[in-house]
Amino acid sequence: MTLLWMIAVLVLGGLLAGIGDRMSPRLARWIALGALGIDLILGIGLCGEYARWTSSDAGGRWLEEIRWEWIPSAGIAFHLGVDGLSLPLILLTIFLGIMAVIASWNGITERVGFFHFNLLWVLSGILGVFVALDLFLFFFCWELMLVPMYFLIAIWGHEHRIYAAIKFFLFTQGSGLLMLVAILGLYFSHGGQTGDYTFAYSALLETDLSGAAALWLMLGFFVAFAVKLPAFPFHPWLADAHTEAPTAGSVVLAGLLLKTGAYGLIRFVIPIFGETALDFAPVAMALGVIGILYGATLAFAQTDLKRLIAYSSISHMGFVLLGVFAWNLLALQGVVMQMICHGISTGALFILAGELQDRIHTREMDRMGGLWTKVPRTAGVGLFFALASLGLPGLGNFVAEFLILLGSFRASVIFTALAACGLVAAVVYALWMVQRVFHGEERESWKLPDFAFREMGMMSVLIAAIVWLGLHPQPVFNAVKSALETLQHDAAAEPLSARWRESSAVVPDLLRGSAAPPMSR
Amino acid sequence: MSLAELQALSPLLAIACASLVLLMIAAFLQSHTAVVLLTLAGNAVALALIPPAARLSPYRAGALLMIDRYALLYMALIFVACGVVAILSFDYLEKHRLKRDEYYILLLLATLGSAVLVASTHFVTFFLGLELLTVSLYVMIAYVFRKEHSLEGALKYLILAGASSAFLLFGMALIYAELGTMEFSSLAARVAQEAGYRRVIVLAGTALMLTGVGFKLAVAPFHMWTPDIYQGAPAPVTAFVATVSKGAVVGLLLRYLTAFEVIRTGSAFVAISVIAVASMVVGNLLALLQENVKRILAYSSIAHLGYLLVGVLVGGRHAVEAVTFYLVAYFASTLGAFGLIGFLSTGERETDMLKDFRGLYSRRPWVAAGFTTMLLSLTGIPLTAGFLGKFFVLAAGVNSGLWFLVLMLALNSAIGLFYYLRIIVAIYSAEPVRGEAVASPTLRASAPAGATLAVLCLAVVGLGIYPKPVIALIQTAISALVYE
Repeated sequence: MTLLWMIAVLVLGGLLAGIGDRMSPRLARWIALGALGIDLILGIGLCGEYARWTSSDAGGRWLEEIRWEWIPSAGIAFHLGVDGLSLPLILLTIFLGIMAVIASWNGITERVGFFHFNLLWVLSGILGVFVALDLFLFFFCWELMLVPMYFLIAIWGHEHRIYAAIKFFLFTQGSGLLMLVAILGLYFSHGGQTGDYTFAYSALLETDLSGAAALWLMLGFFVAFAVKLPAFPFHPWLADAHTEAPTAGSVVLAGLLLKTGAYGLIRFVIPIFGETALDFAPVAMALGVIGILYGATLAFAQTDLKRLIAYSSISHMGFVLLGVFAWNLLALQGVVMQMICHGISTGALFILAGELQDRIHTREMDRMGGLWTKVPRTAGVGLFFALASLGLPGLGNFVAEFLILLGSFRASVIFTALAACGLVAAVVYALWMVQRVFHGEERESWKLPDFAFREMGMMSVLIAAIVWLGLHPQPVFNAVKSALETLQHDAAAEPLSARWRESSAVVPDLLRGSAAPPMSR
Repeated sequence: MSLAELQALSPLLAIACASLVLLMIAAFLQSHTAVVLLTLAGNAVALALIPPAARLSPYRAGALLMIDRYALLYMALIFVACGVVAILSFDYLEKHRLKRDEYYILLLLATLGSAVLVASTHFVTFFLGLELLTVSLYVMIAYVFRKEHSLEGALKYLILAGASSAFLLFGMALIYAELGTMEFSSLAARVAQEAGYRRVIVLAGTALMLTGVGFKLAVAPFHMWTPDIYQGAPAPVTAFVATVSKGAVVGLLLRYLTAFEVIRTGSAFVAISVIAVASMVVGNLLALLQENVKRILAYSSIAHLGYLLVGVLVGGRHAVEAVTFYLVAYFASTLGAFGLIGFLSTGERETDMLKDFRGLYSRRPWVAAGFTTMLLSLTGIPLTAGFLGKFFVLAAGVNSGLWFLVLMLALNSAIGLFYYLRIIVAIYSAEPVRGEAVASPTLRASAPAGATLAVLCLAVVGLGIYPKPVIALIQTAISALVYE
């Protein structure tokens, strides 16, 4: 029931925040924060439960499972469940949600209640996506995220907000409808084979698909997730949406919405379509590599701070696509790590850009420069997250990207080699960004306050998280391992084919003594 | 007339009686409230008589009417919609200080026509029902004749509807001349024999009838009248035109078209597919160009009928279920949307330009929230009834492998987003610049109208979250239809 409560608390909190605004905007903020706080406690409780569950060998695939009939005549159930893959993402959602509320504490002054209503509803939609075990419910939540996100961009965004919001909506909704058609195709082919018309994830996993039909259905899913991720060439919405969104919107977009695409690939595309999806892997990995290099190049060419960060996201998400389709444990563990670390580091960079914009009312890097002496704390934080973003060893992003490269090396040497070049490009654009914003000559004489208690509080938590993930990532790896193994098993129509056998390496749990190098297992 | 016949036909009789009583009373009772209450009472009695009638169903009243659960379900939908329109009209007409009694008589007559339509099994009842509906609408559309566009709209409707009726009649005549029957069910049997008639004439008759029906449904290329009438008619009447008058024809079509195997083969299938795709494309593309919310909704309704036709083309039990559910969702959202437009309108003019909606959220948050709900439902966003409707129709299409139509539906829904979002953006954008026209701030809904609109909102959301009871109801109703 914890899962249901987590979603319900956000939905109710959103409604309350909307009404609470009538009394005082401050109340709306506190309600939103309170709702997320409750969720955080529930989430931590869930972690404890998960630790007990994995150590007790209770069996079963899902830790918390809720299944209620919803529209039984169509085989639709309200079916939620959490496993090791969902759990870290749930925590990330709540964590970044809290950051988003705090980040907009002073920045949002108009229609505060409605803002928090939308924010909490986006988060509840995202939570729903991460825990839905019924494809109808999944699509339901998938679509549910869009409308509030659209409002966040269209109402509280910057200059070109309407354009950006509509572009965002059209891309995601259009691809979503393709996915809906694919879901229906899957539903009917499963029903036709077994006579059991159901949207249940576990049942649809068993669908026996092959040939052209399988490819088309797979592409329906793939396009929807690739748009969200976003993968080249489905990325044009991203830069506009991220740039024009208010800070909280950018944080949620970059930190969470993009992750739903990656989650969908891992949870649905490959396990359901198995061989078909893996035959498609070279194309997908190529798209990933193009995304890495292209995103990095575009990031380098930007003069707008938020646009730069947005394009860097395309580059980082390219790693995710590469790793997912390499489909071995090392790469997948790296992918999950990348999702979490990118969420935190990019979220932090967007918060930083937002705070800067609140202070100097511009995002143009040409007009910044020399800010280090004025706002040393802000600059220090900025440098830290730029380093995290470029993959400095010791920070979480390094672990993630390194593992992805390690895993994908086994799948394709060429793609991995090209992807590794992306790391160099990342160094270039990230350091260049720091250089242009904080160093050099001061171009305009800004007078701006440095980060105060609220900002430093947020940033120190984010920094701590990234450092922790960089130095001690093992809990995450342990949490996701069994879930990923199950998914790999689902994907394999026959008992693990050669493709996977040679790459059964995992990140070893060094603390528990199994110090054998991963390659030798 | 036997007692059983009376019981089966009682819902229709109740509406007919209500209109007659109103006609007599209106002569000396000059109270708006009383007239509305009588109208509502008529609808309520008719609704209450549906369950007893259902107990006798399926009941064949001669060759003319078929009272089965399916017809009764559609009647119930029509009566409820009529009640909603009556309540919404009360506020609207109060603002205009016109003579009100005839309006409700016409409303009841139009409702009676629609109810006859869904139960008809014969060309005669089909045409009678249709004309009863159409003739009443001529007057209702022009009822607030002092408003701009009102007379223009009514005149257009009069001429075009007259022409389309002529087409319909001519088509019926051709078919009757060739096949020698006017009953729908025996028509199918004759056609299936494949001999003894001239194919060309039957095809011509069918095409002519299709034209007449297409006009009523406002599907492309017979859609020209829609935007003008939607814009010119009083908002509650627009709601009626958009829902009841189209819904009744869809009800009839669905019953017969889906039962005929003919529909899924040959030229009829191609013709209806073309109409469906053209409606989706034309409706959605032209809606993008409009600045008037009523016109946007008019074009969007053309597209919606296109989506519905996809369901009709699929045929079979699941499709009928899907289309009926879609129709219920469409009724609720459209009635709500036009109800809210009617609420915002003043005595002088309709509040229907896009710019009138700017900043609505900051002026009237509840109205804005309601209108947003309706628009999201028409768009087909989860948590609303419209989403499930679209989902079921898509599912039916995928099930029978009509991939092209399904993809067109999906793509068009994405285009549709664009103009619904324009309205929503306007609602939530900042207040208009000072000096521009803003709806007068002294509007107040009467308690019944406010409650009705609130109930519609809740229904749209409720159906989107928990559709099980309604689906069960539709399934029992549809079990009355026989499929091969």
